[in-house]
Amino acid sequence: MASTPILKPVPAVEPDPGRVPVPELSRTRPKRRSPLKLLLWLALLAAMAVFVYPLVWLVSASFKPQSEVFDNRLFPQTPTLANYVEIWNAAPLALWMGNTVLVTVLAAVAVTLSSSMVAWGFAYYRFRGRNALFFLVLATMMLPGAVTLIPTFLIWNALGQVGTLTPLWAGNLFGSAFYIFLLRQFFLGVPRQIFEAARTDGANDWQLFRHFALPLCKPALIVTLLFEAQAAWTDLMRPLIYLRDSSTFTVPRGLKAMVDQFGFAGNWHWELIVTASVITTLPMIVMFFIGQRHFIEGVATTGLKG
Amino acid sequence: MDTARTYRLRKRNRRQTRNALLFISPWILGFLVFTLWPILYSGYLSLTDYDVLNDPNFVGLENYRQLGQDPRVMLSLRNTMFYAALSVPLHIGIALLLAMLLMRARRATGFFRTVFYLPNMTPPVAVGILLLLLFNGHNGLVNAVLGFVGIPGPDWTTDSTWIKPGLVLMSLWTLGGSTIILLAALNNVPRDLYDAALVDGAGPLRRFTSVTVPMISGTLFFLVIVNTIAALQSFTEAYTAYFGAGNGTYSNDAALFYVIYLFRQAFEYLNMGFASAMAWLLFAIIMVITAIQYVVGRKLVFYEGEDGG
Repeated sequence: MASTPILKPVPAVEPDPGRVPVPELSRTRPKRRSPLKLLLWLALLAAMAVFVYPLVWLVSASFKPQSEVFDNRLFPQTPTLANYVEIWNAAPLALWMGNTVLVTVLAAVAVTLSSSMVAWGFAYYRFRGRNALFFLVLATMMLPGAVTLIPTFLIWNALGQVGTLTPLWAGNLFGSAFYIFLLRQFFLGVPRQIFEAARTDGANDWQLFRHFALPLCKPALIVTLLFEAQAAWTDLMRPLIYLRDSSTFTVPRGLKAMVDQFGFAGNWHWELIVTASVITTLPMIVMFFIGQRHFIEGVATTGLKG
Repeated sequence: MDTARTYRLRKRNRRQTRNALLFISPWILGFLVFTLWPILYSGYLSLTDYDVLNDPNFVGLENYRQLGQDPRVMLSLRNTMFYAALSVPLHIGIALLLAMLLMRARRATGFFRTVFYLPNMTPPVAVGILLLLLFNGHNGLVNAVLGFVGIPGPDWTTDSTWIKPGLVLMSLWTLGGSTIILLAALNNVPRDLYDAALVDGAGPLRRFTSVTVPMISGTLFFLVIVNTIAALQSFTEAYTAYFGAGNGTYSNDAALFYVIYLFRQAFEYLNMGFASAMAWLLFAIIMVITAIQYVVGRKLVFYEGEDGG
């Protein structure tokens, strides 16, 4: 069901073939409808302003000197690149970026591999207790993260991994309920005959998964990769819990440290915070524009599946 | 002959089961280590005094008794409920309105959908920072706009009456995801239902209440449940904006959400036993609220193929 695009653009209304357009009529029709149409476009443009302007404001502020950060001008009065130069001295941003890229890649790849394997196990095979076990997978989604937060910390602590980046991604090696659910739906959507044919041709179980199931579900794998990459890149709570030394920080954790240091601790440098925010957000925006279709269809699908 | 066939079948079934379990094994292992054991151990910890450095000290139900006596537990609970009760209906209501506008945007639908989703890509930390800057009482953009139309804006980030409304408003910035979900649901409503309603003489309002709402009620129900659970566990934006490192000199009790207080108890004050009890109370509250929503939802949600609503 998900192999066809979920979202199609709303088809433009075809001209009614029964009614030959008469010049007089076609001139009067737009006139009658225009006030409502105008209102629709005004509302959409207003909404667009609300959604986009804060980001524009942020980017604009990052090019302003300290004294003008709060002037709310769209275009900086005295545009400057100084913040983008200063920021690398003010904080080990390059190091934080490197840490975050590492965690993001490992988290996304790990969760995609493990979740797709588990999803395939639930989608293709029939065995006793399968439905009960799958129900358990879904049930874990209901559990608030707060319940497992402390014991999970104690596990990583016992393994000596607190203070390292490992706890931020290694849990993803065991699959994640939401992605298992999403990928299973995709696998179920592939006609079973394809797999039967591959098996008749001599494919073993692993080859069936690796060379037939995975390639056929590429869109769902990409959605999983992108969603988890975003989650890993933007996470704050786990870095707050597990990272101690500022050299191990991820960018969101570092950004929070900057807010504490430059925003409140008497040492006002909001222009640097704003600049670091832009640098933290930019990779996500780039990723969104590259994988736009997958993001939007992925989000739409999660709603319909629920 | 017959037994040989059963034997082969049984052998095949066993192999199937073995291979299935091999594929599922990462999850089983993860479930045992990172879900089941933590649940059990968290239950045990909630009955102890534990600061990580010393061994857990069994105290029975003391932590649960303390929950009722710590004024901050009740305060953070009230803050969280207030936030959820305000943000969830606004979030879904506005998302529905936008989705319905997008339905009529013809070829521009795709463009606006992308634009509306952009804020969802912004890291929550940056959203918390934007909150502090845009809602600043003296020089923030929000009050500048309000002032422009003659409304004197409040001190959103320092006046404890306005901190939560400010957090609610900021949270509405990221409702693009729900808009996309609702747009997909609206696109799935069969056109002929609207045609039939039109023939029956139903006006726009009637078409909305009798066709649109019932046909997307399943999606609305899903959004209510998911967004409520998320709102009750809200953390990052408020923590970034109002709770600093160290001993929380900049903390503001008006923004103290339940999970923020739980986090501080666990990892700043190292009261792991008490924090575990807090986690179980949260779990119970989420279960009760979800159950109520589920029972009410079953009555209201229209499922295709059923008679009536």
